[in-house]
This record gives sequence, structure tokens and C-alpha cells, in this order.
Amino acid sequence: MRRFCIAALWLALVLGAPAWAVQPDERLADPALEARARTLSAELRCMVCQNQSIDDSDAELAHDLRVLVRERLAAGDTNEQVLDFVVARYGEFVLLKPRFSARNALLWGTPVVLLVVGGVVALVAARSRRKTSTRLSDEEKAALDRILAESGSERPGSV
Amino acid sequence: MIVETGHFALVLALALALVQSLVPLVGARTNDARLMATGGPVAVAGFALTGIAFAALVMAYVQSDFSVANVWENSHSAKPMLYKVTGTWGNHEGSMLLWVLILTFFGALVAVFGGNLPATLRANVLSVQGWIGAAFLLFVLTTSNPFIRLEPAPFEGRDLNPILQDVGLAIHPPLLYLGYVGFSVCFSFAVAALIDGRIDAAWARWVRPWTLAAWMFLTGGIAMGSYWAYYELGWGGFWFWDPVENASFMPWLAGTALLHSAIVMEKRSALKIWTILLAILTFSLSLLGTFLVRSGVLTSVHAFATDPTRGVFILAILVLFIGGSLALFALRAGSLTAGGLFHPISREGALVLNNLFLTTAAATVLVGTLYPLLVEAVTGDKISVGAPFFNLTFGPLMLPLLLLIPFGPLLAWKRGDVYAVAQRLMAAFGGALLAVLATLLLADGASVFAALGVGIGVWMILGALTDLVQKSALGTVPLAVAARRLAGLPRSVHGTALAHLGMGVTVLGIVATLAFEAEHITIMKPGESTAIAGRTLRFEGVSPVQGPNFTETRASFVLLGAGGGKLGEVTSAKRVYTARQMPTTEAGILTLGFSQLYVSLGDPTQDGGIVVRIWWKPLVTLIWLGGLVMMVAAAVSLTDRRLRVGAPARRAKAASSPAGAKA
Repeated sequence: MRRFCIAALWLALVLGAPAWAVQPDERLADPALEARARTLSAELRCMVCQNQSIDDSDAELAHDLRVLVRERLAAGDTNEQVLDFVVARYGEFVLLKPRFSARNALLWGTPVVLLVVGGVVALVAARSRRKTSTRLSDEEKAALDRILAESGSERPGSV
Repeated sequence: MIVETGHFALVLALALALVQSLVPLVGARTNDARLMATGGPVAVAGFALTGIAFAALVMAYVQSDFSVANVWENSHSAKPMLYKVTGTWGNHEGSMLLWVLILTFFGALVAVFGGNLPATLRANVLSVQGWIGAAFLLFVLTTSNPFIRLEPAPFEGRDLNPILQDVGLAIHPPLLYLGYVGFSVCFSFAVAALIDGRIDAAWARWVRPWTLAAWMFLTGGIAMGSYWAYYELGWGGFWFWDPVENASFMPWLAGTALLHSAIVMEKRSALKIWTILLAILTFSLSLLGTFLVRSGVLTSVHAFATDPTRGVFILAILVLFIGGSLALFALRAGSLTAGGLFHPISREGALVLNNLFLTTAAATVLVGTLYPLLVEAVTGDKISVGAPFFNLTFGPLMLPLLLLIPFGPLLAWKRGDVYAVAQRLMAAFGGALLAVLATLLLADGASVFAALGVGIGVWMILGALTDLVQKSALGTVPLAVAARRLAGLPRSVHGTALAHLGMGVTVLGIVATLAFEAEHITIMKPGESTAIAGRTLRFEGVSPVQGPNFTETRASFVLLGAGGGKLGEVTSAKRVYTARQMPTTEAGILTLGFSQLYVSLGDPTQDGGIVVRIWWKPLVTLIWLGGLVMMVAAAVSLTDRRLRVGAPARRAKAASSPAGAKA
């Protein structure tokens, strides 16, 4: 629900200069380049918005960034170069997908580590439990023999 | 006067919550039946008083009593009645009051339906429920009081945020809170078991239906929220990985895991300790979600620092309850006995795998949501974690889980045979393969990934049906016999199949929308047409419309099929709410079968045209229909015989194993 409030808030803020996410006149003529621009736009944060990519945002800044991305692409940059350029200008805050770096190790590592550790723990727990369950202690064996002997002696009588 | 009555009732509710926190607990410790018995009536009375407080606030909204600050800030006399009522919880104070109301409601439910619980367990559960209630009532009364008056009273209110003026507000928050807060019962049961130091079969039998009910509401709440965002925000997305969405999604993931581990515990009395931990974690995530949303910490760490009272208060509640319950768990978990044994390849093993993936997914979402806060607090750097991160991590985590779902219900308890199960799933696999091939052949430009995605959805749906076919022996016995068997299957079996089918339907919707969506952005003038996904959209013209508290510019379009036949009309609008002078977009949506045409208006151009964004979203409604199916599935499962008939009876232990073998 809060996101609506926030969305409303910035909608109100940008009311003075309304624009629309990806304007017709922003688009590049080359469909392949335009497709790359859209992909890149989805990975770049609209810095004045609440968790919105520049591809979705109506804000003026998002418009400027969209145009910038397209300019760099038209100038022949690779996707990586475009991102580097934008990060150099605005900092890593602009990336919606943080880079693989030592600082972000915990972020990227958590899913893998948890899955592996959890899997190993579950497997070990299952194995150790099976081991303890397959071996009977001497007392249990004695008890079992006794029960078997009793039921064995009962059977002929009960039939 | 009504407002003061409500305020007073809320203070009384706090007093009763304090009584509920202590007296039954002391009774349980000293084995005093009279003290224990106070829990029930006090819980019911607490609910009634909170209900009075809530009703008083609703009345203030209905009567547009602007002498109440909360009403003045969030209502307007010209607002339609529905939004006057729903506006009650369309703001911080009111929504916290709804939160507390639902919490006391669940407490009262435990009191009313818990008559056949062991007395000490019931007393402990009600006390724990009382602690939560007392903490949040204190929070509402001290930091978020909705009953504060203004002097002099303003003449007109400032109106509700226009984006919230929607039926969505009537459904989404109540459902979401019923889910969120419903997990408090599981939490209370877990903590009560830890206090008691023992868990018996009655415990598991009790926890499962509560989990199921909470999960049902949370599923509905999230699905409804997603659809609301889809049509209201005007850019056609259905999930944004927004921190606030994540806040509700984390308890859902953990709750889904809990739902499954509780089955193992109930049927096989295994995974006891884990289930207790999961129950604690699930509600902890609900509390964390409440903190994240309500403290404002997500918007900015600085917003939190400027007005910290609310945030610090909820943070204190969070630390107290999560820390306290985990400490109690650490102290007591050792004394709980581990339960039944099973082979890794078994129904239990499959459910453990389910839990592994779901909890890892929940942890991934948690870390992703909190990481920017963590980095900023530690290094001062600002980073963003958004949709691309979650798609890249959450997606691969879900993939194996979704693929394995059809195996789970077909595996036998204790020791299963994967090959036999795989054989029985051959038909489903064949169907999925056909769907992949058909997608590749029939859909223009379908990528291999898209086709495989469709295949996964179909695989899940057919796999769920296979379960029912196998268990009713359809095809091997005469049809009438099979039908009778199908009807005679336990409701929980139907529920399982239906829920997994619903999940498959949702997956199918997501894949189809992401892979085959067509988007077109253009400038249109009245009378002009444009092509979208093999159809033609004609712009008829615009007309001004005067609403009760807004004015709008409404554009009408007609959708024509490939042959020129009319498929339907759709109107899309830009609205301005007069009180706040705030614009909103009202997306035009035309539903054709399971697919939708989505039209959103941009700015007018100087030469009389208007920017129009058009999407063709194939099978998009399946995303939410799947959620609806899952809700129905949970409801069906809740009517299971063993939950209706003497479910929590103490002799449950003896009856548990044959039931387990059958299901």
C-alpha cells in the first residue's frame, strides 16, 4: 500500500513537468539498438524515484538518462561501456543490479551459500539419523529377541 | 463523543491485553485452572473493545468528522461512501488500528475454538497473543493515535490520496493483514510450546489450519495487491520487487514453507524443531515487514532519523519479539525430541527440499531488501538492489522447486520410489513436451526459454491433475468408481492438487506475459488506427468527464480483430483530483479470454495528438487467477474432515499414522 503513497508523492512532484516513460521521440531508429537501450534502461535506477527504473519512470531525470543511454549506444558503446559511463557519472546507486564485488559478496553469496549449507545439513541430518536407526543397541536386540520369542511361541496357540 | 468512546475503548483494550499477557501464563505455571480460564473471555472482550474503537473511527470517516485530525488529513466530504469507509485504513494510524483489530480477532478465535486444546497450551498461546496485542496497542496509543482532535475543526478535509481511491483498498489491506497477522497464531503456538517444553500431536494438528488460513489470506492479499498495482500505476507491471512488496512476500515464502513442514510434523511427527523455528521466523518476517513499511526506513535512512519515534518503537517490538522468541528457542529446542525417521527419497524428503528452496528464497529476498540499508549504515555508500537482482537470484531458486512440485505428492511417506513416480508422471511430461513444441511452432518468434517456461507451467498443471488421477485410479477402474473415489479423497488431497495447479496457472501467466507481451508507444489523433499484436486499435476521440471529486479526460478506443470485426471498446483516462490537484492515470483494460489489452495515456502533443502506450498482454489474467485458485485450494483444505471432526482431540496421536498412509 505504501508504494502507492510513494508513487503518488513523486507523481505530485513531477506534475509540473509531466513526461512519459519512453517517449515516441526518444526512440532510436535502429530496432536492435533500441532493444538494447530498453534492456539497459530496465537496469538503471531513476535516482529521484522510489525503486523505479528509468524505463518505467515519468521523471525528467529518467528522460535525460534514457536519452543519454541512447546517445552512448548510437556512438557505438557496448552495453558494459554504457553502464560504466553512467556509473562514473552517478555512482553505483544508479545500478538496480549491484556489481559483483567484495562489498556485495554477502548479497550475491547468500542464496548460493544458504542453499549449499542447508542442503548439506539436511543430508547429513538424514544420514546420521538413518545410521543410528539401523543399528540396534544390545539392549534393544535383547528386547527384540524376547518379543520375537514370545510371539513365536504364541502363534501356534492362537491359530 | 463517539470518537472519545473509541479512544477509551482502545485504552481499555490495552489494559485487557496486559491482563491477558500475564494471568493465563501465571495460571499455566502454577497449574491454577481458574487463572488459566481467564484467558478466553479476556481475549474475546479485548477483540470487542478494539472493534468498538475501530467502529468509532469508521463512523468518524463516514460522517466526515474533520475535527478528528486523522479524518481531516485523509478524507473529503465529496468522496464516495465506499472510499470514506475504506479510507479508514488508507493511512498510517488507521491501518495500524486495523492491524491490531485483526490481531485481537485471531486471539478471540483461538479463545472460541480452542476449547478442546490442552488447558496449559491454550493459556500460554493466549498469553503470547496478549503480549503482541499489548505491544501494538501501546504503539498505536502512544505514537499513532487516530483519535486526536483538532481545535478549531477545519471546514473541509484534505482528501484521500487519489491512488488509494479504489476498490483495491477495500480488499487488499484487510486480506494482507489477515495473512500477516494470522501468522501470529502460529508464532504464539510455537512460543507456547517452547514455554511448555513439549510438542505433542495436538500441537501440529492445531498449527496447520491456522497456517493454512493465514496463508490463504496472504496469498489473496498479495495477488490482489499485484493486480491493483497493475491497473492503477499505469505502466502495466504486475510485480516490481519493491521493498514494500518484498515485505509481504517474505512471510508468504516462509509461510509456504511452514505449511509444508507442518504437514510432515502432523503426519509423521518429524521436523518438529524446524517447524517451531519456521513458525517463529514467519511471524518475525511479518513483524519485520510492518517495521519496514511503517518506519519509513525504506524510503531513506534519513527519513527514519528525522522522525524516529514510530520507527524506534516498532524496532523495539521487533527486537523484543524476534530476539526473545529465538533466545527461547535456543534455550528450549534441545529438550524437544526429534521425531520420525525417513529416507531422503520420500515425501518427507521432498518436503525438506521444498523448505530448503523456499527458505533460501525468503532469505535472498530479505538480504536483497535490507542490503542497501546495511551498506549505507556500514560504509556510507548508497547502492540499489532492484528487479534485475531479484530476477537473477530468485528465478533460478524457484526453477528446480517448480519442476519438482509434481513429484512431491506422489512420493510415498518414509521411503519413496522416484522411478515409479516418474513413470506415473510420464503423461504429464508428455503433455508438457507437447506444449513446448507447440509454443515453438505456433508462436511467432518464441525463444527456447519462453517455450520451456510454458512447458514448466503445463507440467505443473498436469502434474497436479496426475496426483488426483492416480489417487482416484481413473483409467484403471470404471469411471463411476473413479468418480466416487475422487469425491471420497480427503479434502486436503484436493487442496494440495488445486494449490499446485494454481501455482502452475500463475507460472503460465507470468511466462506468457513476459515472453509474448507486445508493446507499442505512439502518438495518435482521433480517428487514427494503430496495429498491436495482429489487431487494430482505433482512437475514437476524447471527452471531458466530471466525477464526484475529480475531473478526467477520457479517451475512447475500439479494438478490431484481424478480419476487421469489432472485439470491444476500451476507455483510458487521465484524472485530476480536485482537492489535492493530483493527476492519476486510469489505464484502459479490455479483457479478451485470459488476455488483456492495456492502454495508458501520456501527454497531448501540440498538433492535437496524444501519446498512447498500448500493450497486448497474453494470458496475463492467469497470474491472478492462479492466486485465486490457490486461495480456493486453501479453503478446500481447511474443510478437511480431520480439521472439522475432533481435530485437536488429545487422542489424535493414535490416529495420525493410518491417515498419513492414506494421504
